Amino acid sequence: MTPGIADSAEQIGDILRAHDGLEGPLLPVLHAVQAAFGYIPGDALPVIAQHLNISRAEVHGVIGFYHDFREEPAGRHVLKLCRAEACQAMGADRVAAHARDALGIGWHQTTPDGAVTLEPVFCLGLCACAPAALVDGRVVGRVDEARVDALIAEVRL
Amino acid sequence: MRIYVPLDSAAKALGAQEVVAAVKAEALRRGLEVTVVRNGSRGMVWLEPLLEVDSAAGRMAFGPVGPGDVAGLFDAGFGAHAKALGPTEDLPWMKAQTRLTFARCGVIDPLSLEDYQAHGGLTGLRRALGMTPDAIVAEVTDSGLRGRGGAGFPTGIKWKTVAGATADRKYIVCNADEGDSGTFADRMIMEGDPFTLIEGMVIAGLGVGANTGFIYSRSEYPDANAVLADAIRLARAFGLLGASVLGLGPAFDIELRIGAGAYVCGEETALLNSLEGKRGVVRAKPPLPALEGFMGRPTVVNNVISLATVPVIFERGASFYRDFGLGRSRGTIPLQIAGNVRRGGLFETAFGMPLGTIVDDLAGGTATGRPVKAVQVGGPLGAYFPRALFDTPFGYEDYAQKGGLIGHAGIVVFDDSADMLAQARFAMEFCAIESCGKCTPCRIGAVRGVETVDRIARGDAAAIPLLADLCETMKAGSLCALGGFTPYPVMSALTHFPDDFHTSAKEAAE
Ligand SMILES: Cc1cc2nc3c(=O)[nH]c(=O)nc-3n(C[C@H](O)[C@H](O)[C@H](O)COP(=O)(O)O)c2cc1C
Ligand code: SF4
Ligand code: FES
Repeated sequence: MTPGIADSAEQIGDILRAHDGLEGPLLPVLHAVQAAFGYIPGDALPVIAQHLNISRAEVHGVIGFYHDFREEPAGRHVLKLCRAEACQAMGADRVAAHARDALGIGWHQTTPDGAVTLEPVFCLGLCACAPAALVDGRVVGRVDEARVDALIAEVRL
Repeated sequence: MRIYVPLDSAAKALGAQEVVAAVKAEALRRGLEVTVVRNGSRGMVWLEPLLEVDSAAGRMAFGPVGPGDVAGLFDAGFGAHAKALGPTEDLPWMKAQTRLTFARCGVIDPLSLEDYQAHGGLTGLRRALGMTPDAIVAEVTDSGLRGRGGAGFPTGIKWKTVAGATADRKYIVCNADEGDSGTFADRMIMEGDPFTLIEGMVIAGLGVGANTGFIYSRSEYPDANAVLADAIRLARAFGLLGASVLGLGPAFDIELRIGAGAYVCGEETALLNSLEGKRGVVRAKPPLPALEGFMGRPTVVNNVISLATVPVIFERGASFYRDFGLGRSRGTIPLQIAGNVRRGGLFETAFGMPLGTIVDDLAGGTATGRPVKAVQVGGPLGAYFPRALFDTPFGYEDYAQKGGLIGHAGIVVFDDSADMLAQARFAMEFCAIESCGKCTPCRIGAVRGVETVDRIARGDAAAIPLLADLCETMKAGSLCALGGFTPYPVMSALTHFPDDFHTSAKEAAE
């Protein structure tokens, strides 16, 4: 399943070349690497740094600055629950507490079976049908405890 | 038969995909010829998924429709049905609006340039193509348009600065990083009428002499980003973007970029750093981005709604637009009504509507049926208003006078179960999580803020003046509005809802 180091180096090289010519390509590159691998593998850093002619520390600093970029693989499914104000007004804190209990994990953690990673998100633009969630990129509105249970059951299948 | 079911994310979040599947299955089963158009949302989120059908009397609305309603709707011939709402345009929410920026949103197929032009699209650009750059900038200045991203800076003046700068390249950067809680106008226009944003950016390019545009959107908006990517591709194929705008103008092209989950990247200089591939740290001003922006070159940074409003200004004229509004807040504003409300959604209207009208009449009070306690206007950096301030008319200066801000015009309603101390704590926590780290009052102050609110929660009343002092320090010593305005929600919660900051003390004593 996991690509070998040589394969991944080749894949990262392809991604880098596909972004040649862009002005300020680092974020698109990191997004593409994460889309390909599910995270930014440590051995990608020197390759990216060399190709873009920046220091490895700079790449590392950028990865660390943004909430989206991971340096470890996530679970097979990622459940993002909105924690921002409009969702709070509709019980998001209660729903999040329920999700943490049901999954037995905290924010930014992955269930021991590797099925679900739970992440906070600050506004999905679904504030008029709050609380809102994003499940593997799919939007869900009016999330309550029962909905959380159903979503968890669905991704665990 | 043409059936409309929105592709808008709010509609999807409430089951639009399932409704579309049911419509297609039902049509197939009945052997009916049905075209399903995926339009944008009309903005009545409490009625989503809102299904519409073309009829001799115009578009007829049904909602909220679930997949289980679909067979019945076919049985009823899309006539009398429990979910029937009548002609869409006659619904009170629609009739009471002045839809200028959102005129086409929900009406057209967002990815049809034919539909777009049939509803006035490209009229503004064609007019602009016959004008000098100076005249284009003057038209925007005359319209009175001010930035809808929050700061309210006059758009024409910003354009003038960029137009007057000499450089080998200039840029138009659309700020689509809509991070404020309670806001979704940018998302709705990107999903429901993306060509209007593209057209606005092209006009901006003509006005200031820029040939390259970037849309900096957010990873939290996967659906909007997909629609935008398609729209840009179609605009290129049509010749709206490319080597010569519509074959008449200079070159202009747009690249879509996606952020990576950092609220501060909505701040224009942090956004520019992020676009350049750096950490999203705020830059000191001066230099202004208008003079030294992306890659150090003159750059217009404008919010999605600012840019998406430009086409209608050119289509109808600056004075037409300017005649709407109140005081120095000219034109219309898409209000985004959210949180604990019976009717949530987007409502575009001239500036000036009192907050009470928005909350009590438009929103119809809370979803929970409990009394309204507080309304946060303007996102996470906006103040919490109590009912006593409900007479405040919606305008930049009017909110500033009351110790608040309109921001991106998000309105989040809380019922009486809200704990304003918890809301103040969250404001500090959010600032601590999202701080770019450049200035100490923000980076460290916000962490201290959380601790101080916790002390108050434990009954330590002596911590209340400390919180006020801390807010003063943050206001005075922060480089940008993240640290500088976090005191708004905190201090408004403390000032208008003092009981919430004392009850715990009482409880502790009891
Ligand atoms: C912390 C912070 C976040 C911001 N977020 C946004 C945003 O998401 N969208 C936006 O258009 N402006 C945002 N702004 C305002 C921008 O800095 C800038 O004023 C705006 O993009 C200019 O465009 P406009 O004049 O059209 O409003 C933010 C400002 C701050 C301080
Ligand atoms: S106030 Fe906060 S977010 Fe703004 S520049 Fe300073 S540290 Fe960065
Ligand atoms: S606040 Fe949760 S979706 Fe906007």
